[in-house]
Amino acid sequence: MSGTPYDRVKLARSSERPTGLDYIQNIFRDFIELHGDRRYGDDPAVVGGIARLGGLPVTVVAIEKGHTAKERAARNFGAPHPEGYRKALRLMKQAEKFGRPVICFVDTSGACCDVEAEERGQGQAIAENLLELSTLCVPVISILVGEGGSGGALALAVADRVWMLQNAVYSVISPEGCASILWKDSSMAAAAAESLKLTAEDAKRLGVIEGIISESSLGKKEFYDRIRTLLAKELKRLSGDPELVGRRYDRFRYIGVKAIKEKS
Amino acid sequence: MAWINFLKPKNQLEEGGRTGMPVQEDAGEPEKKCPNCHKSVPISRLWAGDLVCSCGYHFRMRARQRIRMLADKGSFQELYGEVTAGNPLDFPGYEEKLETVRAASGEKEAVVCGVAKIQGQSLCLFVMDSHFMMGSMGSAVGEKIASLFEYAVRRRLPVVGYTVSGGARMQEGLLSLMQMAKISAAVKRHSDAGLLYVAVLTDPTTGGVTASFAMEADIILAEPGALVGFAGKRVVEQTTKKSLPKEFQKAEFVLEHGFIDAIAARPGQKKLLAEILGMHNGGDTDEWNAI
Repeated sequence: MSGTPYDRVKLARSSERPTGLDYIQNIFRDFIELHGDRRYGDDPAVVGGIARLGGLPVTVVAIEKGHTAKERAARNFGAPHPEGYRKALRLMKQAEKFGRPVICFVDTSGACCDVEAEERGQGQAIAENLLELSTLCVPVISILVGEGGSGGALALAVADRVWMLQNAVYSVISPEGCASILWKDSSMAAAAAESLKLTAEDAKRLGVIEGIISESSLGKKEFYDRIRTLLAKELKRLSGDPELVGRRYDRFRYIGVKAIKEKS
Repeated sequence: MAWINFLKPKNQLEEGGRTGMPVQEDAGEPEKKCPNCHKSVPISRLWAGDLVCSCGYHFRMRARQRIRMLADKGSFQELYGEVTAGNPLDFPGYEEKLETVRAASGEKEAVVCGVAKIQGQSLCLFVMDSHFMMGSMGSAVGEKIASLFEYAVRRRLPVVGYTVSGGARMQEGLLSLMQMAKISAAVKRHSDAGLLYVAVLTDPTTGGVTASFAMEADIILAEPGALVGFAGKRVVEQTTKKSLPKEFQKAEFVLEHGFIDAIAARPGQKKLLAEILGMHNGGDTDEWNAI
């Protein structure tokens, strides 16, 4: 693992990286895509459905960025609208009803920031996911595979296990945004990336994620096989845990407690 | 430019901002220009009217000023007042910034929490303060608010929360992002316990606070004209390359789009909150039996 944190940001954003659909198609079999939030529309930036992991039926949700310029535009560059988060939540509640684990692949620069997103309640959509995911009664595993852009990523990452690919990043704000707010200079992005502690190793050190998935020296098949094996192993560990929801609560409850000077 | 000074925390601290007393100037009655109607209003008159101009414009209000306005006299008892942020990422300049803000605002963090009574009814109350790093949410804010919801579950109390925030505190990086999940989980436990949570969104409520506990209440009120949104207006303009209408993301806009229950002007807020709390405190059996 090498390069500056800002190099990692650039790597995480690269259109050469596998996208959400690549993960779904290579890790699972029999994927059936399910569309729509049943409230407003179907967000192409969020792909979801049911599939088999090994033999086990699971619910899969992924943010999809697309590869080509045309695909990327059609997927809104992986920036979900509220209906994307509501579709994700609908599928997760469905998973809960049928006792299926949920697996999320997260890759977004952030939730979409246009007028329509505001009109349709972007903040409310993300908030509802955070609220409902906190007590979802089935195992949830989220893997950050590229960019983990703030609340727009967290809305799919309130999980029992959160993993990051080696070159994924996870941040409260983009380094450019941080630099322009703090130092009124977006060219300071590299320095901001350093300060924000947004690499996978940083996130692990801060206790925000459980694991880092290596990307190095693996063929395509081995890469996806590795993730499939990791998922299967962990789901076996998580399934049937009567304390699952309580442990998820504690997982988030005590993150950052060490950052406080005097505990309550 | 008296009104600008009036809004500055430093000035307020020096001139009694912590006690909520009006800023006294040597010559004559100090006035403050309303950014909405552009009229100058004597500050004493503004204070008498809960910092609301006669045109209806709501000036920003400090956390402790709000608590004085809302809580029955002597009923407020602060909780977690000693919880403060460290510098977990060694973010450059953060400690100095905290020092400066603490001195200027007289607060240790961007939220004040406690128990209080409103017209005799007990509740947990949190009030965010825009004078502390624009109400930004870091680990200490998250810890205080999550702890308050847990306290409210144990005591079976409703929670009333006043939000004002520019969003997550970027100097705490990912740890501040995680506070959104942490508080949301605590709100959910409180909600699942059958308890009431009322949020009052004040100007401005944005970013990670909008995308978590501001939008998770059973009843969501907002002050007139308050900016309520997820993305900042500048970001939306940059994304869409369009200039936005003046009413975009105002409380009235958010009401029209179905994301808040009502707009509550400051002068009637205490009475409204008391009525809402009362409706969740069981029925009046005498009156019911008399029908």
